[in-house]
Amino acid sequence: MMDSSRRRILQLLGVSALALTTRPVFNAFAIEEQAAQAQAAFKAGEKALKAKQWALVIDTHKFESEADLEPLIEACHRIHNVPQLQNKRHEIKWIWGTHYHNAFPGKAARFLAEAVEHRPFLVLCNHCENPPCVRACPTKATFKRESDGIVLMDFHRCIGCRFCMAACPFGARSFNYRDPRPFIAEAKLNKEFPTRMKGVVEKCNFCAERLAVGQMPACVEVSNGAMVFGDLYDAASEVRKLIKTNYTIRRKQTLGTEPSVYYIV
Amino acid sequence: MNSKVLIVTGLVIFLIIVLFPFWYMRGKAMPVPEPVLTPQAKAAKTCVRSTDYMKSEHMQLLDEWRDEVVRRGQRVYVNPQGKEYNMSLSNTCLDCHSNKAEFCDRCHNYASVRPYCWSCHIENPKENT
Repeated sequence: MMDSSRRRILQLLGVSALALTTRPVFNAFAIEEQAAQAQAAFKAGEKALKAKQWALVIDTHKFESEADLEPLIEACHRIHNVPQLQNKRHEIKWIWGTHYHNAFPGKAARFLAEAVEHRPFLVLCNHCENPPCVRACPTKATFKRESDGIVLMDFHRCIGCRFCMAACPFGARSFNYRDPRPFIAEAKLNKEFPTRMKGVVEKCNFCAERLAVGQMPACVEVSNGAMVFGDLYDAASEVRKLIKTNYTIRRKQTLGTEPSVYYIV
Repeated sequence: MNSKVLIVTGLVIFLIIVLFPFWYMRGKAMPVPEPVLTPQAKAAKTCVRSTDYMKSEHMQLLDEWRDEVVRRGQRVYVNPQGKEYNMSLSNTCLDCHSNKAEFCDRCHNYASVRPYCWSCHIENPKENT
C-alpha cells in the first residue's frame, strides 16, 4: 500500500486535471443553448424627449401671488400622488412657493424692491449637476441619470436613512413619516403613477415619466409660458435663449452644486 | 429510577404535540392554486413572454423592468417575438391581470411569499374609472 502511494497520487492528479477541462466544454454547450433562445430587448419610447441636462427657467415676474402658484403645485401633486398632510412636520412637497429671502438666503438686501419682496418664488428640486444628495446616499437609491441629468429616486432601494435630506441644501426632499395612501383623496388618485410607502424619501422627478412619452413637465404645461423647460447644453434651446437675454439667478450658487433651475428676477 | 414513568410520559406528550399536524392533515394536500385569467388576458392569448417563462421568471423580469425604467429610462420592452410593451407593473401587467386577488395573491399565498409591490403600485388602474 505504502509503495503504491506515489503512483496513486500521480494518477489522481492526472484524472483531476482531466476533470478541469470539462467545465469549458459544458460552458460551450450552455452558450449554444442560450443563443438558441431569442433575446428580449429594451429601448426608449419613440416620442421620448432627450437632453444632455434638463433645465428649467422660471420667470418670476409672472407669478404675483401664492394663488398664481396654486394650479402648478396642484397639477404636480395630483399626477404624482403627493399626499396632503396637515401636520407641517410630516408634510410632503415636490414643488412649493416661498419668499425671496428664504429661496435666496444671503441675496436679500435689508431693503428690497417691493415686488421682489412680496412675490412668491416657486422652488423645487434643482436637479443639480453636482448633486450632494447623490453622494450622501448609501444605497444608490438616488442617482443622477446619465442620459439626461435628472436626479432621480429608486424608491425600491431607499432605506429611509434621510442622509440625502441632510445633504440637500435646498430642502427639496420630504420623508414619508406616515403611510401616504390615506392622505391622498381617492378621487384625486392618479392610478397610472405609483404612490410611495412609509419610510422612503421623495422629491420632484422633473416629470421623467412624462418626458418619456414626449410631454413637458406638468408644472411647465400649466404655467402659461412662465416656466420654460429644455436642454441646458443645447445652445439653440429655449432655456439657453432666455438665460442669454435675461438676468437670471440660481439658488445658493456659491455651494457649487450647480443647480439647473434658473430664476428670472 | 422513579423518574422513568415521568420521562416516558413526557416523551409521549412531546411526540403527540410534534406529530399532531401530520396526523391532523394526513392524506390531505393543499390544492394547487389555479390563477384565474380575466377575459382580457384570455383574449390576449400570450403574456409578454411564454406562460412557462412567466411562471418561473416573472420576478426576475419585473426586476429587470424596474432597473431599465428607473435607472436607464428605457420604457419599452421588445419581447423575442418582436412585440413591444410599455414596461409598467400598474399599467401593463395589471391592466390585463386586473384581478389581483384571484391571479397574483392565490399563488403568492400558496407559496407563502409576500411581495410588497402593492404598497406603492396601485392594484388596478382601470378600477372605478
